[in-house]
Amino acid sequence: MNPFSSGTRLRDMIRAIRSCKTAAEERAVVRKECAAIRAAISENDQDYRHRNLAKLMFIHMLGYPTHFGQMECLKLIASSGFPEKRIGYLGLMLLLDERQEVLMLVTNSLKQDLNHSNQYIIGLALCALGNICSAEMARDLAPEVERLLQFRDPNIRKKAALCSIRIIKKVPDLAENFINTSASLLREKHHGVLITGVQLCTDLCKVSSEALEYFREKCTESLVKTLRDMANSPYAPEYDVAGITDPFLHIRLLKLLRILGHGDDDASDCMNDILAQVATKIESNKNAGNAILYECVGTIMSIEDNGGLRVLAINILGRFLSNRDNNIRYVALNMLMRAMAVDAPAVQRHRATILECVKDSDASIRKKALDLVYLLVSESNVKPLTKELIEYLEASDQEFKGVLTAKICSLVEKFAPEKIWYIDQMLKVLSEAGNFVKDEVWHALIVVISNASDLHGYSVRALYRTFQTSAEQESLVRVAVWCIGEYGDMLVNNVGMLDIEEPITVTESDAVDAVEVAIKHHASDLTTKAMVLIALLKLSSRFPSCSERIKDIILQNKRSFVLELQQRSIEFNCILQKHQNIRSALVERMPVLDEATFSGRRAGSLPTSVSISTGAARNLPNGIAKPAAAPVADLLDLSSDDAPAPSSSGGDFLQDLLGVDLSPVSAPSTSQPPKGGTDVLLDLLSIGTSPPEQSNSSASDILCSIQDNNAPLASLNDLTSLSPLSANATSPASPAPVMDLLDGFGPNLQKNEENGPDYPSLVAYESSSLRMTFNFSKQPGNPQTTLIQATFTNLSPNVYNDFLFQAAVPKFLQLHLDPACSNTLPANRSISQSMKLTNSQHGKKSLVMRTRIAYKINDNDVLEEGQVNNFPGGL
Amino acid sequence: MSVIHFVLLISRQGKVRLTKWYSTYSKKERTKVIRELSGVILTRGPKLCNFVEWRGLKVVYKRYASLYFCMCIDPDGNELEILEIIHHYVEVLDRYFGSVCELDLIYNFHKAYYILDEILISGEFQEPSKRSIVRSVAAQDSLVETAKEQTGSISNILAQAAK
Repeated sequence: MNPFSSGTRLRDMIRAIRSCKTAAEERAVVRKECAAIRAAISENDQDYRHRNLAKLMFIHMLGYPTHFGQMECLKLIASSGFPEKRIGYLGLMLLLDERQEVLMLVTNSLKQDLNHSNQYIIGLALCALGNICSAEMARDLAPEVERLLQFRDPNIRKKAALCSIRIIKKVPDLAENFINTSASLLREKHHGVLITGVQLCTDLCKVSSEALEYFREKCTESLVKTLRDMANSPYAPEYDVAGITDPFLHIRLLKLLRILGHGDDDASDCMNDILAQVATKIESNKNAGNAILYECVGTIMSIEDNGGLRVLAINILGRFLSNRDNNIRYVALNMLMRAMAVDAPAVQRHRATILECVKDSDASIRKKALDLVYLLVSESNVKPLTKELIEYLEASDQEFKGVLTAKICSLVEKFAPEKIWYIDQMLKVLSEAGNFVKDEVWHALIVVISNASDLHGYSVRALYRTFQTSAEQESLVRVAVWCIGEYGDMLVNNVGMLDIEEPITVTESDAVDAVEVAIKHHASDLTTKAMVLIALLKLSSRFPSCSERIKDIILQNKRSFVLELQQRSIEFNCILQKHQNIRSALVERMPVLDEATFSGRRAGSLPTSVSISTGAARNLPNGIAKPAAAPVADLLDLSSDDAPAPSSSGGDFLQDLLGVDLSPVSAPSTSQPPKGGTDVLLDLLSIGTSPPEQSNSSASDILCSIQDNNAPLASLNDLTSLSPLSANATSPASPAPVMDLLDGFGPNLQKNEENGPDYPSLVAYESSSLRMTFNFSKQPGNPQTTLIQATFTNLSPNVYNDFLFQAAVPKFLQLHLDPACSNTLPANRSISQSMKLTNSQHGKKSLVMRTRIAYKINDNDVLEEGQVNNFPGGL
Repeated sequence: MSVIHFVLLISRQGKVRLTKWYSTYSKKERTKVIRELSGVILTRGPKLCNFVEWRGLKVVYKRYASLYFCMCIDPDGNELEILEIIHHYVEVLDRYFGSVCELDLIYNFHKAYYILDEILISGEFQEPSKRSIVRSVAAQDSLVETAKEQTGSISNILAQAAK
């Protein structure tokens, strides 16, 4: 015998492992055992092979690696005796999964065992096949399994039926082979075979419409009869669970009937009576009975409409909902969610009870109830329901607040009847659980407030008031700070007082106090502090009397360890001290971000959107006519006409607006001094964070778009009227006051070269479903590089998902592909993607490109390929 | 893809007593699933409902003495029925071992698997009759015993012949 073999029995090993006091001891024991087993394996020891494998399984359960034992399973399975095979198959199912290559080696043994004379060995093979079968094995062994569906012993038939389920799920093409044999299983008397047969038919219906039609046609009536016989059967001890005969069979029959009845009036009619009988007769005082009722309700909801049955079903759910057992209440909520789709008014009747469940002590029930309430809300009941939910927000657990606030905010956004109500509710949520609110939510709130010009005064006063009591809620603080900065004058002078408001006396100094509290609060993070600095800069112009104090507060951050704050502090101080003349122009109110643009942008990245689009939305606060909105959007979104920025989510967009997107703001001004002039100016205005390589062109874009549109934008007018400044972007020779702003940041503005000649755009690819157009532009001073804006237009009525554009170019070209603005292409819409081509053989060779576009229509992959040879010359 | 994605038996101390995977999970995922779920389930209070929503799926669990029996199903599965299946399994274990305890399942873990294999294949329910399950497992046990005796007697004969 092998000297390393410990020769311990399985029981001894388990005992030894259990007696270990520490993890280290356990590892030592396992290591020793594993060494012995490995030695035995390498000696090809046969006597203890099954014992060793059993040990390995135990070791595997403890989480140790046991891959070296995989081949032993195969050897045991290939041996002739039942004991070896039994443990071998168990090991196979435990130690391997279907993805392991080793598994392919077992197909042959399985085939032999499926044809074995001993029915228990057939059973072992069927069980293993059912649990780990891969698609390849399914194809190889399907004929054997199909044959075993008619085996004389029922225990084999039922195992073969379950095995068939696995096979048709792996390879749906095989389904049709099983239809006839499985139909014959439905006539079985043996409950095990009947249950598995019903299950097999259910799964066949799911993968094959042919099977569904067949069973609906031939078997609906007999299934109804089977269910009726069972429901009426006398006490059967063998299958009895809590006074009900075989609830498992009940449930499976109901499941199959659900599929047969769905979408078919005749089949639904056929089962009405028995469903009514089950729904009324089954006792609901035990779990087994409730499980059947639950399934029955599900079936009633799915089959074709029968008013009486639906009432019965909803009543059962109502009873469930008032049950004292948490499990029953949980499933009631679960099913009511599905019932919403078929009979929403009936579910609405249980609203009060459902609301109570939101406050349950059980997290699973709370969450389910909240999901349901979310579905229940409509324009008509949003006010009372939101009130309830917000009240509950105060009492709820910390961990539940995140989910709850997300739902409330989403509801309020979706259904708000008027803006003032929206603002009120959001303030309540923010003051109660502002720390749990996602960034998009408070971003959206700012957009809404800035759009509601008649509510600016109201909002800033309400925020000021709330801020006094809830200064620890970060997102509330941010919104408050932003609004005080923008509308500080309205706060102090009670401008635009509404009738419902109580008058409030706030001095300029009080307002500055509030903002100072925010920057000094220990919990305030970088974003908040950065926003405070901007607010202070704005207030310095709005409140001349406090300007010295504001300067002091700003200067306190001069030595901040956070570069961003330090930079802002120094720059703002510089504006306050040296550039009084432009300050008031710099700190004008932010131009209004068009809600439609914002929600459109947001819709790309988020399921919900701000949908308050009542008339007020169009009234821009600074008295600008509507057409100005577009250039404003351009101004804010520097990248919209050029390459799309790497991320186009609404959140980023708004962060640009707020000037809180920190990293890119500081990057250009330090790392790219030649371009710094425009960038830093943009920073000061907090209007953009375009990627460095775009900043030149985009800055001139702003100016162009303003001139083109002649927009009477107050702030922009001021901006353009600073003649040296505007000249700066176009003529390099003019003296630059911008330089001063930089205080030595940028030595020289880059000479702004003439843009290269225009190139015609090109239809690079066109098929019946898709068109791709290229627009070209050159970077000034870099003739080798061509910027290409590709526009993809969906010419079909389908939505393209997972849209992916790929391009390949020869070696002399270098291609840089930016992400597309979206990977979903709605019908008849376009998306764009920009790329940069550098031609190292510029002037000698022209551009050429091979393209490949992949997308999905209804989950079907589509691939379109093409080659672009007709680029305009000179690129 | 199965009705039941996996079955876990976890002791109150978080030790794994049985794992059976009917849907495909890599070894890494399995370890993660076990860790996550024991964290969720073992910390839930006694009076709460037996369902936990987890990664878009549902885990139905029930505690029997020191052991938690957990089964993971699709969100549209019948949770109450899974409780019945768990109970069915426990009752068969009880019949087979004769008032089963955790130690039985530790030292005879392979038997616990054999019984489970008579109740579930590929995550689907197989047999409602407890008697027939116990009978089938017992029949296979006796096949093993007979084989052992035979090899025993053969090795005895060989041993005697060698003398």
